[in-house]
Amino acid sequence: MRGLAASGSAGSSAANQPLPPSAAALRGQPWRPRPVVANPLLRYAIPVAALAYLVAASASIDVNWQRVALGLERARVLFRGFAAPDFTSRWAFIQTGILESLAMTVVATALGILLSVPFAFGAARNIAPLPVYLFCRAFIAVARSFQEIVIAIFFVVMVGFGPLAGALTLAFATIGFLGKLLAEDIEDIDPRPLEALRATGASWLKQMSYAVVPQIYPRFIGLSVYRLDINFRESSVIGIVGAGGIGGALNTSISRYEYSTTAAILIVVIAIVLLSEYASGVIRKRVQ
Amino acid sequence: MPTTIRGESRIWRKRTPRQTLITYLGYLLGAIALAVALRFISGQTLWFFVWDAPQQAGDLISRMFPPKWSYLAKLWRPLWDTINIATIGTIIALVVAIPVAFLAARNTTPHPIFRQLALLIMVSSRSVNALIWALLLVSVIGPGVLAGIIAVGLRSIGFCAKLLSEAIEEIDFKPIEALDATGASGGQVVTYGIIPQVAPAFAGITVYRWDINIRESTVVGLVGAGGIGLPLDASIAALQWSQATVIFALILVLVVFSEWVSAKVRAAIR
Repeated sequence: MRGLAASGSAGSSAANQPLPPSAAALRGQPWRPRPVVANPLLRYAIPVAALAYLVAASASIDVNWQRVALGLERARVLFRGFAAPDFTSRWAFIQTGILESLAMTVVATALGILLSVPFAFGAARNIAPLPVYLFCRAFIAVARSFQEIVIAIFFVVMVGFGPLAGALTLAFATIGFLGKLLAEDIEDIDPRPLEALRATGASWLKQMSYAVVPQIYPRFIGLSVYRLDINFRESSVIGIVGAGGIGGALNTSISRYEYSTTAAILIVVIAIVLLSEYASGVIRKRVQ
Repeated sequence: MPTTIRGESRIWRKRTPRQTLITYLGYLLGAIALAVALRFISGQTLWFFVWDAPQQAGDLISRMFPPKWSYLAKLWRPLWDTINIATIGTIIALVVAIPVAFLAARNTTPHPIFRQLALLIMVSSRSVNALIWALLLVSVIGPGVLAGIIAVGLRSIGFCAKLLSEAIEEIDFKPIEALDATGASGGQVVTYGIIPQVAPAFAGITVYRWDINIRESTVVGLVGAGGIGLPLDASIAALQWSQATVIFALILVLVVFSEWVSAKVRAAIR
């Protein structure tokens, strides 16, 4: 009965009840699946609106086809660069960039975790009082809304070019990420251990460390490792605005059309990303 | 249960001595890594520029406020482009990701070789940030919205394909067997057995990725790939921070809006 293509009403009649007239009229006709959108007006309006949007959007993209045709030659050079990556001629820059990226990742993750924990507790409705909750939620929302590279622009202006700006950027972004996800975990905990500890007269700190922390700890470790992973990926791009890391070298190599160096950098980055993704996967599996 | 004996009584401990040792060893390694990293960063930093950071921040804020709201009139076109980059990029990603996902899912792949190929596509797409894709594409096909769309699309293929293939791997085979038993054709099995099971997951993943892509498309303009990042880059380069404030406000509104849409749609599907 579930799939009768009647006008929305004939879904749920049990077998022994008389069929509603709209369904009775369909007797003997082939079965048709029930439409996804129940309202017939919307059912036709949505595809029409989507099509109209697509036409308008595509029409508004102006493409310089001559430039694109020119690019085909460049694409060939780029692919050739990937076929023969050049690690040696710019190795000093690549090395410094990678070391900076790694250092930024470690510092930012440590600092970010340290700062995100108070924000996470503050942003959990079942623990924090309302003013603290609102403040922490607002801070987390702002930290999450902006891409790392936009935040990096601010830190570069404040502390100058270099990996310090990058580390601060990634730490800030880590607060937004970990703060939100941890706060959600804290809100989802089983409240009974907390009540039990409260009944024994345990102090606030003891309530947190014996009732809340053990419940969120595995997820906390998993998320931290995951964020370490993300921070490395991001550390490879924020160098574009001068915040240290391999991004600066990457940007320079592309703007100088040294595609074989570009390829070398990308290969190193991808290798580290894959390695860290694998390692983080193993750690997360063991903890959870 | 691990305990220590102190005088007459046994005291409860959270960990065995061995676990404690391993834990502290882990902390020690982490601390060493942190110290090395801190030293390295400190060596690469001109502390002279760091000490006046509070003044710089104060100066920056005084330049940012009051925002130059009249600049908003020039931002509608970049805003429209930003939404287009995210939306069309997501559509392109889906068109590629759906076949890749079916090749990558263990239960639908025609051959393990195809599965490995699909996994390779997914990994190379996911490991490279949208901004790096944008940098490469701007240098290859020139600056503009098209580079942004392709960059966002390429970055999203791996993400969508990975989640889609996981959704495909979780399908229930009983309806498919039932359809087979009625003598349904291959196409009918896909239409009535597989698609209804994966469609909600597909729609959810699409909207989720669209939400992420809105964020990413706000910055691809910083490297010349169109959208609201272009005026942002220009405003910052010209030190017009009061204009940058307006752009930041617009980005915030856009991101909150897309998150709201994504949450609504995903709630409706579930």
